[in-house]
This record gives sequence, structure tokens and C-alpha cells, in this order.
Amino acid sequence: MINSSSDNVKKLNSINRRMFITGSLKFFVMIGIVSRLFFLQVKENKKYLTLSDKNRIREWKLAPVRGEFHDYFGNVIAGNFEAYQLHVIPEQVEDFRYVIYRLRDLLELSDTEFKKVLKKKNEIKPWETLIVSDNLSWQKFSKINNHLYDLNGVKPVISISRNYPFKENFTHLIGYVSQANQDDIESTQAIKKNFVPGLKVGKIGLEKTFEEKLIGTNDIERYEVNAYGRRISQLEFQKGEKGKTLRLTIDTEVQKLSNELLKDKAGSICVMDIYTGAVIAMHSSPSFDPNLFVFGISQDDWQLIRNNPMKPLVNKTLQGNYSPGSTIKPIVALSALENGIVNTNFTVRCTGKTEMYGQTYHCWKKKGHGYVSLRNAMKQSCDTYFYEIARKLGVDRLSETAKKFGLGEKVFGDLFDIEKKGLIPNTQWKKNALGKGWLLGETIITGIGQGYIQTTPIQLCLMTAQIANGGYKIYPHLVVDDKVKDQPIDKFTPLYKNSKNIKIIQDAIFGSTNEVMGTSYRSRIDNPKYQFAGKTGTAQVKKITEEERELDLKTFQIPYEQRDHALYVAFGPYKNPRYALSVIVEHGGNGSTTAAPMATKLFKLIIDRHKIRESLGNKKYLEI
Amino acid sequence: MYQHTRLTTNRLGFFQKFRNFDYILLICILLLGFISLATMYSTDGGEVKFHTKSHFTKLAVFTLMMLVMSFINIKYWFSIGYLAYIAIVGLLVGTYLFGITSSGSQRWINLYFINLQPSELMKIFIIVCLAKFFHRMKLENVNSIYTILTSLIIILLPMGLVIVQPDLGTAVLIAISGIAVLWFAGINYKYFIYTILGFVISLPFVIAFLKPYQKLRVLTFLNPDKDPLGAGYQIIQSKIAVGSGGIFGKGFLKGTQSYLEFLPEKHTDFIFTLFSEEFGFVGSAILLVIYAVIIYRIVAIGASSRSYFAKIFCYSFGVAIFVFITINMSMVLGLLPIVGSPLPIMSYGGSSMLATMIGFGIVMSARVHNQQLIA
Repeated sequence: MINSSSDNVKKLNSINRRMFITGSLKFFVMIGIVSRLFFLQVKENKKYLTLSDKNRIREWKLAPVRGEFHDYFGNVIAGNFEAYQLHVIPEQVEDFRYVIYRLRDLLELSDTEFKKVLKKKNEIKPWETLIVSDNLSWQKFSKINNHLYDLNGVKPVISISRNYPFKENFTHLIGYVSQANQDDIESTQAIKKNFVPGLKVGKIGLEKTFEEKLIGTNDIERYEVNAYGRRISQLEFQKGEKGKTLRLTIDTEVQKLSNELLKDKAGSICVMDIYTGAVIAMHSSPSFDPNLFVFGISQDDWQLIRNNPMKPLVNKTLQGNYSPGSTIKPIVALSALENGIVNTNFTVRCTGKTEMYGQTYHCWKKKGHGYVSLRNAMKQSCDTYFYEIARKLGVDRLSETAKKFGLGEKVFGDLFDIEKKGLIPNTQWKKNALGKGWLLGETIITGIGQGYIQTTPIQLCLMTAQIANGGYKIYPHLVVDDKVKDQPIDKFTPLYKNSKNIKIIQDAIFGSTNEVMGTSYRSRIDNPKYQFAGKTGTAQVKKITEEERELDLKTFQIPYEQRDHALYVAFGPYKNPRYALSVIVEHGGNGSTTAAPMATKLFKLIIDRHKIRESLGNKKYLEI
Repeated sequence: MYQHTRLTTNRLGFFQKFRNFDYILLICILLLGFISLATMYSTDGGEVKFHTKSHFTKLAVFTLMMLVMSFINIKYWFSIGYLAYIAIVGLLVGTYLFGITSSGSQRWINLYFINLQPSELMKIFIIVCLAKFFHRMKLENVNSIYTILTSLIIILLPMGLVIVQPDLGTAVLIAISGIAVLWFAGINYKYFIYTILGFVISLPFVIAFLKPYQKLRVLTFLNPDKDPLGAGYQIIQSKIAVGSGGIFGKGFLKGTQSYLEFLPEKHTDFIFTLFSEEFGFVGSAILLVIYAVIIYRIVAIGASSRSYFAKIFCYSFGVAIFVFITINMSMVLGLLPIVGSPLPIMSYGGSSMLATMIGFGIVMSARVHNQQLIA
């Protein structure tokens, strides 16, 4: 018993000793846990709070509202409209199959459209929005609204989308928007920043050029989400800014008339203010409806546009490289005068054809013009005269003058990436580009705007404008108030050596339109208010063989692709010029019969509109 | 007149037993039960749903059971020590043979009225069994080869049965419970030192034998940011939840991490994370104080018990509860790799709560019958 109790005492001593050791160990471990808690919850609290918010808060960006395009008078030419859309959140639909088949019947979806919707549904999460239709007609939209009672989970939504009210009138100028692709996102910072699925961005024209200004900023919705990304509640809504609205120098009335005049023809019309360089109209025909592209163009429509032989996708005003034909003659004559090659009394005898360097060069008039001076040669567009002065002048001096007046150079600078430079050849160019020496015969045909020389319609318009304003440099522009600071310093610098020479050329062009025997005499307007001066041009698209010359075919007898381009450049009103224009009708035949009559109609309208335009301008200054 | 009456009388009246109750321990357990209910209510998203209801039922039934147990003489618990151990080993064998498989391991056995996880019960009954084993043993016999081998077999047998489920976490906890008894029974220090040394040396070999998912857990613990959406997800999200709680917490029912389902296993192993997120450092500290008081009372009851069995049980159970708590918290706080171990009383899960309440019941019984000597 004693033995056992002494053992008990020993056992108790042992267990109590070990209990104390354990107790103190527990104490230290407890301190460890508490300090860890303190570290996480007090010291590092901020870090984990941020992480927790990052976990639970997610942002949704909504497509920004795009800035509009207005014409000079404030008419909306590219605006926004409320598109009627149909959204379905699959998770909120009790019987998705029933609803989607019901919708197919109500919306009369085609099989391919229906399959596309089903495919899209499989790609998204069940709580994400499925866009069944992005642009419904009002009829279908209201039909859906009437049937909503049995379409649980279907949401009719009104969203903002692009609209071009004037359809094909501004297509090449403004361009169109369509869904952004990978290239768009990578190339433009603003698109990258504001990108949301379904975002529409400018693809061509000014819509593309001014993307950064037009795009605006996203609306941002902040939602609390759970671990699976489902939205639980909206925390914040941050309104984005609408993109900048751009006011253009364009007059919609003139633009519309240009479109009408070129209906069913391929060609271009541009009209320009000769002092400010403001472009009043700029149209390329045939055009197409840009609205087709906004929600993705259908394959049929696309093929129709793409396969049209008149090439609607080409902006002929900026991309069309044409031989200027006789429209270059004012520059040739000016260059000859400036370089003292000829004076107004210099005459050439035109017999209908002339032999130079073993080659026969024909005048357009078989019988010839007889003895012609500069003014007469310009008026009647005598080719022989210009062969002769071109020969005397030489291509290098000619090209110098031509370049001064804006040929061979991009008119709008960086504004359009598609714009072509045209080509003003000289001896140096030929050596570099073709590796051959310049032939004198080539100078001779350059004198009548054939051969290597190529110009775009907008260049011809600028050239005419700069002759009309007395020979001063101007910079054409399309956007009103587009940052005055960018004004080039050499604006209005004289392009001539002697201002008398410009006067001589202006007078010769006047004769060409307003005097008997003038090439565009039939298109003249006698009323001095509208009276204009213009130069016709007929650009050959192929070399005429001797046999064809003998046949002397009428335009309609020649196959379309081989017909001449008809050109016309003009400025008016003659007494106090303000506007210049260029008209080109591809394969239109003769400049005087096809292109010049268009100018008559244009000038009537342009000059009538001038007063309204001026009054608007004046009012603006008063307000400031 | 008879000064020793109370010492020699084994029988206590019903009201005497009531007087002997440890009310501080009881209040702490009830408080913990209340907190766990509130937390469970929060995991259900602020509504009384399945988990809250089920947890409440278990809490009520098992607390009642604990009270009933405390009225039963500690002698009785001593006497069933081996039997209970054998029964649970039997259940573990049954689990191995006919157990219910869930998320890759076979841990539960269907007892028709309840799905039981015998490994949880083993955490407690291994203490009862070993405490009985050492109760009568003389101190000089404790370090004999026979004793050590027998006790090791007692520990390793259930451990092996749990490891094959596979459930390494619970097996380790069973081992710790058993080793706690060996420690208090007076096994020589050097054996513990040798064991620790041996463990450290064999660690690389053990790792080589680990299952891929276990290896992944260890690696993830060492560097959770390596795979934030995969294996590291639990640790990272848990740390975010706790850390974002701050000093006073995000408020009851406002824990975004759990409410928005970023927290894994929020009802069970990660319940402390949710509590800590909503009640912050202050709340967590209060919870730790409650646990500390419980452990302190358990140890105090052991110290005041006359019987060696009660003493050794209380001390060992105190260590076991302490280890369960610290392992769970360390894991949730990113101090230990993720091993499945519930937080006593707080975590959802019947078997774990049953085992803990049985432990409390025996401790309570030891308190009520603290003058009871066991022959």
C-alpha cells in the first residue's frame, strides 16, 4: 500500500511536471496564432482588402456613343439612332428551347440566322446576354412586345447605333462603321482602350481618320460578382462621354446634286472654295449604302458591290489616277508664259496633224484650227499648239509648274490613307523609276495631258482653284474649326512669277466656255451671277490606231472600257470667282458633251447656296 | 463527525452532482455553440437553411448527451475504455469494407440512422483507451518494451485504418491524441526526442511516398501563388478573407468572400475564415479566448481529479483539443499545409461534434465525480 502510494506520488509528480511543460508550450503556440491573426488582419489588412475587392468587383464596359458628322449647315449626315434589339439571358428562361423556337417564328429568322444564334448561345455563359437580333424593324419589335407575356426572359432593348440618313451620298467621304476586328484594336489606341464586344469602329473614310475623336468613352458599370462571375448587385454606374461631333465643310445639297448627276455613271465630282480651301462637295460614283455595313453586310449585298464593274469600292476622287487630258492645258500654257517661252502673240498653224521627230501627232480636230494664238488654242483646245509649246518648254519646267499647283502630291496629306499622289513625270523620274532616258515625244503628249502624267480629281479641282484665286496656295480641308494652329505657314503664298500670266490663263479659260467656238460654249450661263469659266478634257484610255481614226466612231459605238474619260474643270462666278470644281466621268466620251453640262447645273446650285453659306458664316462671327 | 465521509462515499446525490458542475466550462461550450450557429447561419446566406438547421439539431442533441454523460460516474467511462476502442476499430474495419465513398475517400459508414465517421470518434477514444492502459501501470513499467510496443500498436492500428481511407490529416490527429497520452503517462523524454529526430530525417522519404495530391498540397503550401486558381486557391482565398476582415470585421452576414462563394469548404474546415472575415481580429481573439478558457478548465478539472485515469484523460484531451484548434487555424491562416481537420464545435459535421462532445462529457463527468477513486 505504501509502495503503491509512493508510486502514485511519483506518477503524480511526473504528470504534473509534464502538464506544466505542455501548458507553457500551448501558451507560446497560442501567442503564435494570435500574432499571425494580427499580422493578417491588422498589419496587412489593406493589401487583403484590396485583393478582396478585386475578387468581388468587376467592371463591365458598355459601347461608347459615337460622335456625329454634321454638314456645314448642321444637318446630321452620320448620326446615331435607336436600334431595337432583342436580348435573352438563357439562365432566366425557363424553357429555352420553347422560347427560341417561338422567337424564330415571330422574327421569321432564316435557318442560317437561327443557327448563328444557337451557336452564339453555346459560346456564352448562361447568365451572359445573348443578342438574338441587333437591329429589328419597328414592326417586329412591337410584335415581340405584344407577345412578351409568353416569352419569359426575353428583353426588348433599345440601343444606340450608327445611321447614315443620306445613304450613298457620303459613303466615300465619311466611310462607314462596322464591328472592330483584331487589326483595328491593335492599330488604334482609342479602340483598344474602349473596346467592348460588338464595338463598331470606322473602317474607311473620315470615320476611320477621326476614330480617336469620334469614339467617345465607355459607360462603366461596376458589379459585385461571386466566385463564378455571376453579377450579384450593381455598385456604380459611370457615364461615359459621347464622342466629338465633327462639322464638315460639305454642303449636303451640292453633294446630293453631284450624286444625282453621276447616277449610273462612274466618276467623281468635287467642289472647293477657292479662298478657304473648304471642300463643298466630294463625291465618287457609283456609291453604295453604308448602312448595309453597320450590322454586317449580307453576302449577297457584298458580292453585288464587289463585282460591280464600275468599282463602287474605289473612292475615285482620291484614288482615281486619270490622265488629265486637256484639263492640264492651263498649266502647260501658264508654265510656258512663266518661263518666257511664249507670249500672247505667239501663233502656231494647226493643220489637224503635225510631224515631229518622225512621229505624227494629231489634233482632235481633223481639219485643223488654222493659225491659233494662246487664247484661241485654249478656247478651242487645239492640240497642235500645245504640242508645240510643250516641245519648246520641256517636261522638267512643265512638271515644276504642275507640282507648284498641287499636282503629283497628296491634297489632304495624312487625312486619307487611301489617297493617291498621281504622277507628274520628268526626266529624273523616268530615269529613276523606269531606268530609261526621256524621249522628246513623251514631252509632246504630256503637253495635252496624256502619257505618263496622272492626276486625281481632287488634284485637278485644287489646281483650278489655285488658278481661279489668282495663283495663291490654299489647303483644302473638310472639317470646320479643325484646329487653327495646324494652318500651314505657306498658305496664300503666290505660286506665280508674274500675276499677269494668271490673268491671261483665266481669260483664256473664260473664252473656252463663254465665246463662240469655245469647247464648252454650249454649257455656258450668260447670267453674270452664275457665269463660269471652264476647261474641258477628254482623256484617252488607249492609243488610237490609224484604222480607228479613219472609222471616226461615235462614243456609243465603242465598247465601254475603251471609251474616253470625260473631264471638266471650272471656276465661277467669273467676275468674282469663289468656287472651283472638277468633274470626271469615266468612259463618258467627250468632256464637252458629258462633263461640262454637269458643271452648269452645279454652278447654278453652288452660287445660289453661296449666300446661305455666307450668312451662316457671318452669324458665327457675330456670336463670337 | 465523519470527516472522511465524502472521501469514501462513491455515491453522490443528483443535486450534489449539479453543484459539482463546472459552469464556466458549460457556459463556454454553450457560447461556442451559439457562435457556431450564428456562423452557420451566415454560411447559409443569412437564412435558416439546411446547414443551420442540421447544425442546431446536432448541437442540441449532443449537448444534452454531454450533460447526461456528466452524470454517469467516471468509473463507468473507465470500464468501457477497451471495449469502445475495439468497437471503433471494428467500425473502421467496417468503413474500409463497406464505407461510403465521397470526394475520393471512404470515410463514412452507414449506421442506418446516421452516417458516421469513426475516425473522428477514434480521436477521443484512443485517449480513453490509452488512459485506461496506463491507469494502473507503475511508473517503472511505463518505459518497458512491452508497454511501449503495446501502446504503439494501439495507436498504429487505427492510424493505419484511417490512412487507407485515405485521410492522412485525421490519422495524424489520432496519432497526436495517442502520443499526448504517452507523454503524460511518463514515457521517457528521449523517446520523444528520438521520434522527432527520426521523423525529420525520414521526411524526404515520406514525401517520396506521398500521394500526388498530398505532395501538391505540401508544395502549394510552400508557394501558394504558383498556381492561384488551382491548388493554391484555397489558401489564397482564405488568407484574403481573413486579412480583409481587419480589426472589427466586415460585419455579421457581410463577409463578401464567403457570401460570394470565393471561400471553399466554408461550412467545415474553413469556418474560422468566415467568422474571422465577418468579426475581424477582435472577434477572432474573443473566439480564441473562449477556446483558451475551455482548455484551461479541462486542464484544471484534470488537476483537481483524484483518479489518475481522469487526470491523464483530461490533460490529454486538453492537448488534443488544443492541437485540433491550432492545426485548423494554422491551416486556414496559411501556416500549415491544407489537411482536412475540423475546428471543434464550430465546424459543420456530426461525427466531429459527437466526438468533441463525448470528450467534454467525460471531462464533465470527471469534474462531477472528481473525488472518485478508481481501483
